[in-house]
Amino acid sequence: MKFTIKMWRQEGPEIPGSFVEYSIDNVLPEMSFLEMLDNLNEEIIGRGEEPVAFDSDCREGICGMCGLVINGMAHGPKRACTTCELRMREFPDGAVITVEPFRAKGFPVIKDLVVDRGAFDRIIAAGGYVSVNTGSAPDGNAIPISKDIAEKAMDAAACIGCGACVAACPNASASLFTSAKISQLALLPQGHAERKQRALRMVEQMDREVFGNCSNHAECEAACPKSISIDNIARMRREYMKAMR
Amino acid sequence: MNQNKPLRSTVGKKVIMAVSGIFLMLFLIVHLGGNLTMFAGSDLFNSYAHHLEGLGPLLWVAEAGLLAIFLFHVISAFQVVAEKKRARTDRYAVTASKGGPSKVTAASKSMIYTGIILLLFIPAHIWMFKFNGGEPHPVTEVHGTEMKDLYASVAEAFANPVVAFGYAAVMFLLGMHLRHGFWSSLQSLGAMAPKCSPLIYTVGFIFALLLAGGFLVLPLYFYFTQIGGAA
Ligand code: HEM
Ligand code: FES
Repeated sequence: MKFTIKMWRQEGPEIPGSFVEYSIDNVLPEMSFLEMLDNLNEEIIGRGEEPVAFDSDCREGICGMCGLVINGMAHGPKRACTTCELRMREFPDGAVITVEPFRAKGFPVIKDLVVDRGAFDRIIAAGGYVSVNTGSAPDGNAIPISKDIAEKAMDAAACIGCGACVAACPNASASLFTSAKISQLALLPQGHAERKQRALRMVEQMDREVFGNCSNHAECEAACPKSISIDNIARMRREYMKAMR
Repeated sequence: MNQNKPLRSTVGKKVIMAVSGIFLMLFLIVHLGGNLTMFAGSDLFNSYAHHLEGLGPLLWVAEAGLLAIFLFHVISAFQVVAEKKRARTDRYAVTASKGGPSKVTAASKSMIYTGIILLLFIPAHIWMFKFNGGEPHPVTEVHGTEMKDLYASVAEAFANPVVAFGYAAVMFLLGMHLRHGFWSSLQSLGAMAPKCSPLIYTVGFIFALLLAGGFLVLPLYFYFTQIGGAA
C-alpha cells in the first residue's frame, strides 16, 4: 500500500509547528500505524533528516503511551483501539492521512507528536490512591462485593491514561480520565474511607491543569481505546456533590 | 482553592448550568401551557393572562426569581465557553467524530450560539408582548370584566410574516438547545444510570420536539389563518 502522510512537525515546546508531507510506499496492510511510522522514519533518517518523534512503549494496547490524532480522531478511525493496535488496512490504498499531536493546553507539545501528559500524574497524585491501611490481601470472599459493582469498578480501572479523552473532547476536558480514576476507587469498600477528599482534590487538580469543562458531548467515550463510559463522569459528579456538603 | 468554593469548580459550574436549565425548562412548559389556551379562543387566553397579572407581588417575585436563574445560566454558559477556549489554544487542522456512543451533534456544538440567539430574542419578546412595544394594550371585556386584549396583540404581531417566521426560526433553535440540553442537564447532575441513559437521550429529543414544536406552531397558525386580512 501507498500513503501520503501530512505530518505535524514541531521542533520544541514554544516553537511554532507546521505540516510536512511525506509519501511512503511498500506498506503492508497488517502493519500497525506505528510500524508504518517506523519505516517512514528509516527513510527520513536515510535522507539524513531528523526523524519524527512519537511516543510508544508496549505496542499492544496496554500501557497508554501511544496516542496520535489521525484524520481528526484520537487513535484514528477505529473505535476501542489504540494507535499501536491500529492496522494500515483501516485506510484505503493511496489515502492522504493527517497526523497531529494531542492538542490541549494541559498537554503541551514536547516535540513533533510527543506531548507532556504529566498533568494526569498530578491528578492521580492529588487523590487517586488509598492511603489507609487496607491490610494484606484478604481471603477470596472476605469482603463481599456484588458482581455488578466489581464489573463497574473493573471497567473504570481499564483506563490506561493515554489522554485520548482530552484529545477528542471539543472542550479539551479531562473529565473521563479523572472520573474513571475516582470511580474505580469509589465503587469499592477500600476506597470509601477517602472518597470525599478524593473527589474534591482530584477535581480541583483537574481544574488547575487548565483542562476545559465537560459539555456532555460524549466524544471521549467514542475515542477511548478501552470504551470507558461517561457514566463514570455522572458518578464523579455525584461523588463531588456528596463531598460538597 | 476551589475546595472552599466547590460551586466554582468545573463540576460545580455544570451543576449551576443544569439546575438553572431545568428551571428554565419548567418555566417554558408552563409558558407553553398558557400559550396553547389561545387555540381555545381569545377569552380563555385573555382571562388566563388577567389572572396571572392579578397575582401582583407574587408574580413579581416569580419574575425576579426567573431573571436571577436566567442570569446564572447565562453567566455560567460564558464561563464554560471561556474555559473551553483557554483549554485548547492550538486548534486541530482536522476534526472528526468517531461516532458510536458520541453525542456530538449540530445541537451539542452550537449550544452557545443557540443560547446567544435566545439571549437576544428574550428581551425583544418581552418588550413586544409584555409591554406591547411601548404602546398601551388594546382592551376587551370578558364576562363583564375589563382586561387587556393580549390575544389581539399576538394575532396582530403574527400577521406580519417577518415576525411570524422569525419567531418560528428562533423556536427551532430553542428546540436544538433543548435537544442536547435536556439530556445534558441530567448528566451534569449525575442523575443518570447506565441503563436509562439512551432512553433519556431519546426522551430529550421528544421533549425538545414537543416543546419547541408547541411554541413554533402558534406564530405559523396566526400567520396562515390571517392571510388576506381574515382574523
Ligand atoms: C429559555 C431559555 C433556556 C433554556 C430552557 C436552556 C436550557 C438549557 C439546558 C437544560 C442546558 C443543559 C445544561 C447542562 O448541560 O447541564 C443548557 C445548556 C447550555 N445553555 Fe441554555 N437554556 C436557555 C437559555 C440559554 C441562554 C440565553 C444562553 C446564553 C448564552 C444559554 C447557553 C447555554 C450553553 C452554552 C449551554 C451548554 C453548556 C455546556 O456546554 O456545558 N442557554 N441550556
Ligand atoms: S504503545 Fe502501549 S498502548 Fe500503545
